[in-house]
Amino acid sequence: MSAPITKHAARQHGSRRISEPAAVRWLLTAIALAFLALFLALPLAAVFSQAFEKGWETYLAALKEPDTLAAVKLTLLTAAVAVPLNLVFGVAASWAIAKFSFTGKNLLITLIDLPFSVSPVISGLIYVLIFGRQGWLGPWLEAHDIKIVFAVPGIILATVFVTFPFIARELIPLMESQGKDEEEAAMVLGASGLQTFFRVTLPNIKWGIIYGVILCNARAMGEFGAVSVVSGHIRGMTNTVPLQVEILYNEYNYTAAFAVASLLAFLALVTLVVKTIAEWQVQRQLQD
Amino acid sequence: MKLFAKHNNVLPGFGPTMGYTLLYLSLVVLIPLSALVFKTAGLSWSGFLEAVAAPRVLASYRITFGAALAAAGINAVFGVLVAWVLVRYPFPGKRLVDALVDLPFALPTAVAGITLATVYSANGWVGRYLEPRGIKVAFTPLGIIIAMTFIGLPFVVRTVQPVIEELDAEIEEAAACLGASRWQTFCRVLFPLLTPSVLTGFALAFARGVGEYGSIIFIAGNMPMVSEITPLIIITKLEQYDYQGATAVATVMLLASFVLLLVINLLQKWSRRYAE
Amino acid sequence: MKSASFRKLTASAVLALGLFAAGLASAETTLLNVSYDPTRELYTDFNGAFAKYWQKKTGEKVTIKQSHGGSGKQARAVIDGLEADVVTLALAYDIDAIAEKGLIKPGWQKELPHNSSPYTSTIVFLVRKGNPKKIKDWGDLVKPGVSVITPNPKTSGGARWNYLAAWAYALHQKGGNESKAREFVTSLFKNVPVLDSGARGSTNTFVQRGLGDVLLAWENEAFLAINELGPDKFEVVTPSESILAEPPVTVIDKVADKRGTRKVAEEYLKYLYTDEGQKIAAKHYYRPINKKIPTKLAKLKLYTIDQSFGGWQKAQKTHFSDGGIFDQITGAAAKK
Repeated sequence: MSAPITKHAARQHGSRRISEPAAVRWLLTAIALAFLALFLALPLAAVFSQAFEKGWETYLAALKEPDTLAAVKLTLLTAAVAVPLNLVFGVAASWAIAKFSFTGKNLLITLIDLPFSVSPVISGLIYVLIFGRQGWLGPWLEAHDIKIVFAVPGIILATVFVTFPFIARELIPLMESQGKDEEEAAMVLGASGLQTFFRVTLPNIKWGIIYGVILCNARAMGEFGAVSVVSGHIRGMTNTVPLQVEILYNEYNYTAAFAVASLLAFLALVTLVVKTIAEWQVQRQLQD
Repeated sequence: MKLFAKHNNVLPGFGPTMGYTLLYLSLVVLIPLSALVFKTAGLSWSGFLEAVAAPRVLASYRITFGAALAAAGINAVFGVLVAWVLVRYPFPGKRLVDALVDLPFALPTAVAGITLATVYSANGWVGRYLEPRGIKVAFTPLGIIIAMTFIGLPFVVRTVQPVIEELDAEIEEAAACLGASRWQTFCRVLFPLLTPSVLTGFALAFARGVGEYGSIIFIAGNMPMVSEITPLIIITKLEQYDYQGATAVATVMLLASFVLLLVINLLQKWSRRYAE
Repeated sequence: MKSASFRKLTASAVLALGLFAAGLASAETTLLNVSYDPTRELYTDFNGAFAKYWQKKTGEKVTIKQSHGGSGKQARAVIDGLEADVVTLALAYDIDAIAEKGLIKPGWQKELPHNSSPYTSTIVFLVRKGNPKKIKDWGDLVKPGVSVITPNPKTSGGARWNYLAAWAYALHQKGGNESKAREFVTSLFKNVPVLDSGARGSTNTFVQRGLGDVLLAWENEAFLAINELGPDKFEVVTPSESILAEPPVTVIDKVADKRGTRKVAEEYLKYLYTDEGQKIAAKHYYRPINKKIPTKLAKLKLYTIDQSFGGWQKAQKTHFSDGGIFDQITGAAAKK
């Protein structure tokens, strides 16, 4: 993931470029749009069309079902824990990486990226290997009656793992591109470290943070594979929203499955809107 | 990058932030992943080979990496096109389309899988027009490619887009003055400038595709030797209580991802130097 | 973002955690029944009936939580620490795997009557309305042009029953032997276009995606699919013979003793054997073992796994382990 927003910010110097003939422009635009329609717009439309197939009332009834509400609560809780954890990490890591030079930086960045390309199946499995009854800590946990996997903590851990790189990867390039002159100036003028961070750095990266938080949150709420491995699938207790979608789908309750899925699709849309606003703000900030 | 440069850094906080970064990284990522390696280490070398090089497993690597390669290729072509159109050509609703590109980031994979199966199966919105023409998408290797294309698209667009935005207009003008056609300019002048970012996007989409599970199982058909992906092999092994076999295959995949990511980061370094 | 809002965010996260913990602490006696996919509806019904019965008998309130998934996956979750008081799985092999890890006492299958299987089932065919391909019996499945839907035996317990039912059929035909059976199953799997990972996935493929001419399914699944999805679209074909599927149930000794739920867990499983329990099983298209309970299910010849395959351990090893017969025939089928 490179950070689109830093570079987006530098967008358009206003000079008119030479361009292709109108026919070519139209053709290319048409091909690009057709491709996006086929791959992105159509699936999105399918979610909502299936969800509303039987009308509003069925839709609302599907969302009010107690197991679904429990799944929504669990998903919110998971995101509420996982996102702040990764936020603190993201800010700390990007500060250390962007503002200082040290050996092994590339390796560190690669390691931070790792969870992002690890198959979700593996992400779930590793926690079972550690915290499961057969795992390293299993006997100790059992003796102390602490449940990690197949309970809420396991779901949160798996989610933290999967969303681990999002905020850090958003902030590192942003902070690198901003350099450290402003912070150094503040320090020279006698501000304390924390003052410098909160008064100088934070305002500079706040939209980057928001963008990262949003992506991290979307991913946290939507993770399926990893969570499925550690959940235990206890109805009304350890099912998150994506798992609930699968369950409903498997119960031949297609309309309800898509209704619940539409919640997640809706979340994706909100994410995109907020993201667009965030980008626009950065652009404006840089122009000022 | 001034990796080894000595700095008299006046900024505080390197110790605590770096310490916290390493601690958190170890707790959340490194220690759990090492569990995988340790579990695999319980296997003898021949047992390991048997687990990771059985014909079905080899077939799954071919399918997984092949499909991921194809999907990343499709994304490289169309991703560049989409990025180009989004940056260069005005059209109504551009902001909306621009935002839509991120949909696969945000849409949960299971929902994506069910939805793609709905759209591309024989009785689906698109599938019903393809099926009579003999093109089967859902439940074939083509379905895997479609799912991987879906989840990988934003990576190419989002890495190439900023580079196109920063292209210097003067280069193109100079090329035009020297009598190059638009097509020649693109092939000889612009494309080389875009190559590093396209490669990065390609590699990212590829890495993501290789690991993907949730969206693929709904649309793949999962036939052994034909459309069975490696993550499914891991699940299959677990299903037989073969934890070591599963972790062995997982370790192979983990190594592949790590190498891929390292290559990506080197590519990015290269592209940054190229751009400067 | 200001520091105050960060603090607020953390505070609310902590609060949410606290609320959640409080919610858990105040719960009454609960049992967790970890089961396989097709039993959702059966146990939703049965749990309600048992809770009523238990309250009447003892005055205690009991809530039964359900967890469903592929049989093997569920067994693995229990092995890895999912705290199930009872398991009700698709095959004895999966419960044996739990017992192997010391969570259940050896000899569990003798604890309850009838091999600890309070109900049985079998494998039947679901076809499209009017049976356009005229599928009557196993022999019709290997005809060219017939497309058969079944889940993957390597990931689905139900699919293993499908596979073994086909094998047993071929084995018991006139002049049948192991190599004939293998030939039959090989040509059967050549007609399979998709292998979903679970039974429900296959039903969805058949019903929702419109793929295939015939779905091999649990008998109760086939009838449930018709009930849920409309009798105007599908019909059940019962073959002349099939396999006797005995989905066993048992208490997870270690968990029940630790949680102090042994008594209610045992009663819960015993209640499956009462007339009331048997009626509920029959209502959900399982075959009750109590012959006095009426059932609408057709009679057919059923082979047991012990007779035809020498038990689950052997069947699993010969047919479904890595490099086993299933791997060989699908590898061969793919190369064609």
